[in-house]
Amino acid sequence: MADLVPGAVRVDRLRRRMITVQIIGAGVILLLAMAPYVFEPSVTSQWIKLFYLITLATSWNLLAGFAGMVSVGQQAYIGLGAYGVFVFNDLGLDPYTSALVASVVIGAVAFGLSFIAFRLRGGYFAIGTWVIAEAVRQIVIRFDSLGAGRGRGIEDYTADPVLRNLFTYWLALGILVATLIGSLFLLRSRMGVALQSIRDNEVAARAVGVDVTRAKRIVFVLAAVMAALAGSVICLQQIGVQSPSQIFSVSFSAFMVFMVLIGGIGTLEGPIIGAVVYYVMDLYFSQMGLWYLVVLGCLAIVVTLFLPRGLWGELRARFDITLFPVGHRVVALPRPAEPDASASAPAPRTSPRTDATATTASTEG
Amino acid sequence: MPGTVGTGEVLLEVDSVAKSYGALDVLTAVDLSVPTGQALGIVGPNGAGKSTLLSVINGTERASAGTVRFAGRDVTGLRADARARAGMGRTFQIPRPFTHLTVFENALAGATAGAGLHGRAADDRALEALVMADMLDVANTPAGALPLLGRKRLELARALATDPRLLLLDEIAGGLTEAECDSLVETIRSLHAGGVTIIWIEHVVRALLAVVERLVCLASGVIVADGEPDAVMRSDEVRAVYLGGGL
Repeated sequence: MADLVPGAVRVDRLRRRMITVQIIGAGVILLLAMAPYVFEPSVTSQWIKLFYLITLATSWNLLAGFAGMVSVGQQAYIGLGAYGVFVFNDLGLDPYTSALVASVVIGAVAFGLSFIAFRLRGGYFAIGTWVIAEAVRQIVIRFDSLGAGRGRGIEDYTADPVLRNLFTYWLALGILVATLIGSLFLLRSRMGVALQSIRDNEVAARAVGVDVTRAKRIVFVLAAVMAALAGSVICLQQIGVQSPSQIFSVSFSAFMVFMVLIGGIGTLEGPIIGAVVYYVMDLYFSQMGLWYLVVLGCLAIVVTLFLPRGLWGELRARFDITLFPVGHRVVALPRPAEPDASASAPAPRTSPRTDATATTASTEG
Repeated sequence: MPGTVGTGEVLLEVDSVAKSYGALDVLTAVDLSVPTGQALGIVGPNGAGKSTLLSVINGTERASAGTVRFAGRDVTGLRADARARAGMGRTFQIPRPFTHLTVFENALAGATAGAGLHGRAADDRALEALVMADMLDVANTPAGALPLLGRKRLELARALATDPRLLLLDEIAGGLTEAECDSLVETIRSLHAGGVTIIWIEHVVRALLAVVERLVCLASGVIVADGEPDAVMRSDEVRAVYLGGGL
């Protein structure tokens, strides 16, 4: 590390890396968007699941990994997102627009619920969110028009199954992209540092002026909207809800925790990796029945014991790599090159300033 | 009005503030008026309520009774974050670093949230605070990896980054070596010279007396002595508090 001299430093946010990420990201998104023209619907419909899993993992990571709110009640918003499709579909909107409109309404619901949930802290918050999710489920199944306790299908849907799959695929991809980009820019903004300060020490965060309640509420609502969108994708893919207890199942929370912990909590890359791991496991081992859950559990135990930072956290610590840069790094300002400093033979006594120049070049982008 | 330095305009006014936890009264009717620009020291035995007084002033704890006025405004009902944005910086006796953030990002939290700065201005303010607290060389270290001394300095850096008008220091010199303590005293002195009003709780009286122009002794939740530092240290009340004899 270079010597940091007062007045000769700047803050590096890896802007060049961001530009690279944006270009490559745009390319990947474009390729994924065109994938249905190349692959069979049976393949791309599998990917829909991967997309909503990453969305869910990212949303939970934002909530727990960055803002310190460990919720086990995100299934409330997944379920509401699914049922929201019915509500607005019945009102005459097409299912895809219904999903988007519903997510906005559910954001407002989450805003209201945050006033209840935020009265609790830590473990009590976790249990409280679970209780809220159960209460939401109990309320939803009171409505006969929503299939009561039996679940229901989407009434007015795209008739052609190929087009249906195509639209759902694009919606799921769009939701995923919006979630990732939204999270990246949120965490790079002032809000990013504020949220992480709350996670690390709420009392100190307040003492430096962070409006803790407001910041938490923003993230709580955002995570709910993301979960709702994922829920509506699940509903669209299954052409309805099989049963309320499935879509409001607490196992969604368990899987979100699993994906985030396996991949690496508190990083944007981690949940993506965790979701891929879970997706692959699910693809190949879910026929094993009960043993599948045993294997998942064992994997979670092994990772938390031996890789407590998760797969990505471990990679990042070892190789100092970042795909989505959200941190800040203070680096020495490059000095105009001095003729004697550029000579290849090591000077008898290198001044800290020339050291600084050399190291800056290597830490750049 | 005790104390000699200050513009005469009152920056902080604590008016019969009390704080109790259930049946335990930690503070009973504390009155304290601090003019702009003054450096005020607070001494007192353990459990006298010094840290609680700071917490009530900066809003970390709610007062059970009484009012706190800051810059002519009643802030009793405001939360700590609003008071920080209004210009109160505070360090904690037991450091509370944002462990997963770097030292720079810790300061940046103060510069963005507390001082309300954006972008370059916030970066510059955070860097400036690190320089003042002599922490620039560890700017990229995760705060959780700092040793105790570093954590204490970080408390100062973070509070400074909020660009405070009133700086509340809670035993910031405890546990430092003599040389470290001297450099800390220099830092606080230069802040004071720059017009920052300071309230400093400290057991290291030598450091305290090198800076403050007014000293208050707190014991069992009440102010027992208040005035010119040497006079307060020599007063019978302070002797009684520290050497026994009770009140």
